[in-house]
Amino acid sequence: MSDTLQLTSDGRLRHLLSIEGLSKPLLTEILDTAEQFADSRNSRGKKFPLLHGKTVVNLFFEASTRTRMTFELAAKRLSADVLNLQIAASSTSKGETLLDTLKTMEAMQVDMFVIRHEASGAAHFFAQHAAPEVAILNAGDGRHAHPTQALLDMFTIRRHRPDFSQLTVAIVGDILHSRVARSDIHALRILGAKEIRVVGPRTLIPAGIEDMGVTVFNDLDSGLKGADVIMLLRLQKERMVGAFLPSTGEFHRDFGLTRARLARLSPEVLVMHPGPINRGVEIEGDVAYGERSLILEQVEHGIAVRMAVMAMILSSTGAAA
Amino acid sequence: MSAVLIRNARLLDPFTGRDEIGDLAFRDGVIVASTGAFDDSIDAGGQWLLPGIVDLCARTRDPGATQKGTMRSESNAAFASGITALCLPPDTKPVIDNTAVVIRVNRIAKAAGGAYVYMLGALTKGLEGDALAEISALKSAGCVGVTNGLAPVANALVARRALEYAASLGMTVHVVPLDAALANHGCAHEGAVATRLGLASIPVAAEAVAMRQWISLVEDTGARVHFGRLSSARGVELLAAARARGLPITADVAAHQLFLTDAALEGFNALAHVIPPLRSAADRAALREAVGSGLIGAICSDHQPHELDAKTHPLPLTEPGISAVETLLPLGLRLVHDGVLTPLALAERLVRGPAQVLGLPGRGLAIGAAADLCLVDPSQEWRLDAAGMNSVGRNTPFIGEAFRGRATRVWRG
Repeated sequence: MSDTLQLTSDGRLRHLLSIEGLSKPLLTEILDTAEQFADSRNSRGKKFPLLHGKTVVNLFFEASTRTRMTFELAAKRLSADVLNLQIAASSTSKGETLLDTLKTMEAMQVDMFVIRHEASGAAHFFAQHAAPEVAILNAGDGRHAHPTQALLDMFTIRRHRPDFSQLTVAIVGDILHSRVARSDIHALRILGAKEIRVVGPRTLIPAGIEDMGVTVFNDLDSGLKGADVIMLLRLQKERMVGAFLPSTGEFHRDFGLTRARLARLSPEVLVMHPGPINRGVEIEGDVAYGERSLILEQVEHGIAVRMAVMAMILSSTGAAA
Repeated sequence: MSAVLIRNARLLDPFTGRDEIGDLAFRDGVIVASTGAFDDSIDAGGQWLLPGIVDLCARTRDPGATQKGTMRSESNAAFASGITALCLPPDTKPVIDNTAVVIRVNRIAKAAGGAYVYMLGALTKGLEGDALAEISALKSAGCVGVTNGLAPVANALVARRALEYAASLGMTVHVVPLDAALANHGCAHEGAVATRLGLASIPVAAEAVAMRQWISLVEDTGARVHFGRLSSARGVELLAAARARGLPITADVAAHQLFLTDAALEGFNALAHVIPPLRSAADRAALREAVGSGLIGAICSDHQPHELDAKTHPLPLTEPGISAVETLLPLGLRLVHDGVLTPLALAERLVRGPAQVLGLPGRGLAIGAAADLCLVDPSQEWRLDAAGMNSVGRNTPFIGEAFRGRATRVWRG
């Protein structure tokens, strides 16, 4: 489904909606392309003319700072014209539907929409209804997917541990509500990770997740045992409502990554987090910027990875010069 | 054409168990002996003739949501598909919770022609779940049962009193068993598909918990309850256990539940967004088996036509429901082709089972019965395409599918 929608007939990226359905060669090609952009960042301020004359609209129906900023920077470094729109969900409920919003913007000759929306499937919806010359880049749809986050996570892991077949990766925290977890799981599977674990209390582990190729752990210590990479997830503070958890304190006690817990693991273990972090909830403050943490690297890589995706999509649609 | 003779038909009468090639005649809307002179004589060529289908749950959207369908469009779409009587749940706008609305709906239905429209009255005022509707008045006005539909009843005490009150009037309470707290505004069956797509999910327990509560209250009150739209294997087990204890409980299933699973949601297909949700293959198998054995005595359409806009959103924001009157009989015929039901058993599930739930005086193909008749060509091959649909709602996941068999002539007595 997503694979036929997001790929051209000859297997190139047409949209990026989900990691699911990407081939290993294509995923690797994205990461390789991102390497070129990441390298050239050493000569600071360098711009690429690849998207010159193209218009990219960041259409965010959900609040976001870092993701929107990195998409904006990525587009600007590719010389595109960028428009940022933060639309409160309430304004769409006043009569204009998502489809109206899309069609209105399309009429302004936009080449690419970067869309974030609270509803799972929103990016698919946009892609199904977009004009043929318009590309959709999913910046997060509900609990479903956040493909560029997964790509930048893979990019970051690969720089430190190039052989995925040797990797045991533990994804810890609120798996149920996490589009990052889902996209990371798909990406790790495609790249052939040895073992993928999800770790959290039963209330935050969705039913049937094993079908995605993961092993479930309800206990942090056993879930982290032998792990090479720990991917922490942000715990939304409103999870106390609805009885998912009793308190952030108890979550931290049982599932927070503390310096003491880290000390019991291999000194080689890598710690990742998509941000923004909740200090003292899923992670102890000084672990976040400790020597094993890749959290700031992840942010930095987000730009190169998003540049790569934008460049590949707009060139495969024949839109790029 | 007030007197018609239908010759050489396979007569399927679920009320008598009759299944034989023969002739049937009717005059002025009443079945008569097939001798004498007739205005019209039809050679059925071996096609099946059964009493008109009774659909236990079909929304006409009228009054209140006529952008989705009107009484005229929907009752005629139903009729053309072999349904001579449908049962309208009370979740119209205004809600069918008083006699004035019943009278209004009857007037609209009469003017519309098409299938005969029966009504379920609201169990509680405004379907709000707190105060009882005037069930006695609704019964006098012609309602054939009461229900709160998918709207929750406030608590078990209100539910128990509602059962007692309805039982004292001899009214069947129709229940769509879905615990609202467990359903939690979900839009998909809890399982691997919803998890991968990131869709808020509805566990099987939402059905099982609701059924257990209502069954316990039936044990207390002896009230007659009909469970509508069962979706799960556990629901089937609970039904079987309750029936084995002799409780006055019946059940139906929506036809789509016998063919689709949550896999139909792949690609965020909003046309497969229904409540109760499409569940697993194991659930589907249990439902098919229960329909085969007769434990589930009725198959309904759960017809919910929508305008295009209602489905033109990301899946979780779409309105649930399938436009289904035009596929009820064709899907039923698939059950026959699949060997789940004999032709006579299909007539049983589509006609006699639902008629009994509603307490209708169905007399099948007997002389003197109303000539509500449906002639079916079980082997005609056709394809469902949106433009050819009679319903205003073209929202069905079966669009484009090939079918074998459909109604070729329908009469209402």
